[in-house]
Amino acid sequence: MAVVTAEPQLPDLREAKGWRRTKNRIMTILMVVSFILVIIPLGFVLFTVIAKGASIISWSFLTGGPIASTVAPAGVGGMGPAVLGTIEITALATVMAVPLGILGAVYLNEYGGKNWLAALIGFMSDVMTGVPSIIMGLFIFTIWVLHFGLSGLAGAFALGCLMLPIVIRSSYEMLRLVPNALREGSYALGATKARVTVTVVLPAAIGGIVSGSLLAVARAAGETAPLLFCIGAASEANKNVFSGANTALPSQIFANANQPYVGAQDRGWGAALTLIALCFILMIAARLVTARFARYSR
Amino acid sequence: MEQSEQNTAPGLKAIPESATRQPQVQMPEPAAIRDAEQTAGLPAEAGVPIFEMKDVSIYYGSFRAVTNVSLTIYEHQITAFIGPSGCGKTTVLRTLNRMNDLIPGARVEGEVSYRGEQLYGKDVSPIAVRRRIGMVFQKPNPFPKSIYDNVAYGPRINGERNKKKLDEIVERSLRQAALWDEVKNRLGTSGLSLSGGQAQRLCIARTLAVEPDVVLMDEPASALDPIATGAIEDLMKEIKDRYTIVIVTHNMQQATRVSDRTAFYSVLVNPQSDTRTGTLVEYAPTDRLFGDPQDDRTKAYVTGRMG
Repeated sequence: MAVVTAEPQLPDLREAKGWRRTKNRIMTILMVVSFILVIIPLGFVLFTVIAKGASIISWSFLTGGPIASTVAPAGVGGMGPAVLGTIEITALATVMAVPLGILGAVYLNEYGGKNWLAALIGFMSDVMTGVPSIIMGLFIFTIWVLHFGLSGLAGAFALGCLMLPIVIRSSYEMLRLVPNALREGSYALGATKARVTVTVVLPAAIGGIVSGSLLAVARAAGETAPLLFCIGAASEANKNVFSGANTALPSQIFANANQPYVGAQDRGWGAALTLIALCFILMIAARLVTARFARYSR
Repeated sequence: MEQSEQNTAPGLKAIPESATRQPQVQMPEPAAIRDAEQTAGLPAEAGVPIFEMKDVSIYYGSFRAVTNVSLTIYEHQITAFIGPSGCGKTTVLRTLNRMNDLIPGARVEGEVSYRGEQLYGKDVSPIAVRRRIGMVFQKPNPFPKSIYDNVAYGPRINGERNKKKLDEIVERSLRQAALWDEVKNRLGTSGLSLSGGQAQRLCIARTLAVEPDVVLMDEPASALDPIATGAIEDLMKEIKDRYTIVIVTHNMQQATRVSDRTAFYSVLVNPQSDTRTGTLVEYAPTDRLFGDPQDDRTKAYVTGRMG
């Protein structure tokens, strides 16, 4: 007895054995596996699009026109009108939906509080998130296209309607994360509510708001269904986004990819790669802008 | 009244120079104040009343958080609020610049006046109130902006656009807050990059930049180490001849070190409804409240027999 106690006991600092350790390992493996599972489809999509689309990409494909007929062999014409159309329509939709969505989120979080209007707007915007994009296209078709004809503007309306709830929801969540201590600090200096919102709350949340808005933009840029009803299928570049049939990359992917002709299929892949590249460039640009805005948040 | 002020004032003013670096000089200070008062034959009712509270109760919805507070806060004095947790010190402090307006359902009953004007009067704008009565919070809350923009924030929202004037204000405020030397070469870096004590001094500089009449401080040193706490206490003593300061503190030593008057709050527990309501127990010059407390609850608290 005395011998046992006399011996100095070293503390056991090794990792715990048994079930606890096994559980930890299982969970770690599960997380790694799920990460890989998520990456696989993404990687395949990117790989396939690059492999099949890269060969057709050239300056004349990106900027040239008109868009070739589906029976034409690869190398004829270009996607210029569709690139232009996508940029025009998405930009217009962004200009309409992002400011409106951010202002809506500001109302919901900063002004609305718990009143019935804010609750209603929040609920409706959540419902809107779930509306299928083709329904949005039909909606714009009936209220706008039937009266004023096909145009890039109609497409922008449809895309804007799709973006709006995403922008509202993501901005709202970002505004909610702004610590109340910052608001109080500003109020304590005699700032009005509007001033607090513009000079403290929005700058503090800008990084997240930009990210959320970008997701909405990227989603809108890839939408096909609403554009089918709203912008038509022009083969010539239409610089006037407000009237006349237009075209966009998703529409061209749709029109070309379901053809039996090799040339059309190549053009479809090329258009797909172009669209991915456009979104990618947009993401990078927005990250740079956000980093500049958020340079003081540590 | 005048006389007593003249008698006390030099004694009080002597604190910053002597006490900043040499704590041992602090000891005779309260006695000196008392002597001055006694020779004048007056309690330390010296000075212009800034805040007068009469029978104030504060509610959050139907819950009465604080009841029965009546006190007067005087110009160019440091008034400390002490008491156990949940006794309503912070709530009372926040009524003084209408910060409680920001909490839905908060409401004040009774009379609160600021320099004779009803603080909760009909035409009073909380914005205008807060421009005169600044506040420093328990947790340092610098804005995610540069150090310069943090300090210039207040003047800017008050319409100051002149770059040269803003530079002056920023330097003056940072100097007053004893932060200038540490940050003068990196005014462009983020306010969030500062340490806790520096961030709190930045927040004080930000408050001083709008030249408020009163500075309310809600446990400004509770998250800081003793050195940073000392710096902030020195700072308070240095600026009190320009500002009136009200400070909430959990630290009784801090109250004795810095304050001229102390208000002790306590909690009334209603066992039937299990609600806790804060109330003002005793309000007196600091040396008297700690040296000769009149109420048993105060006595128990200041002698450490009650949390």
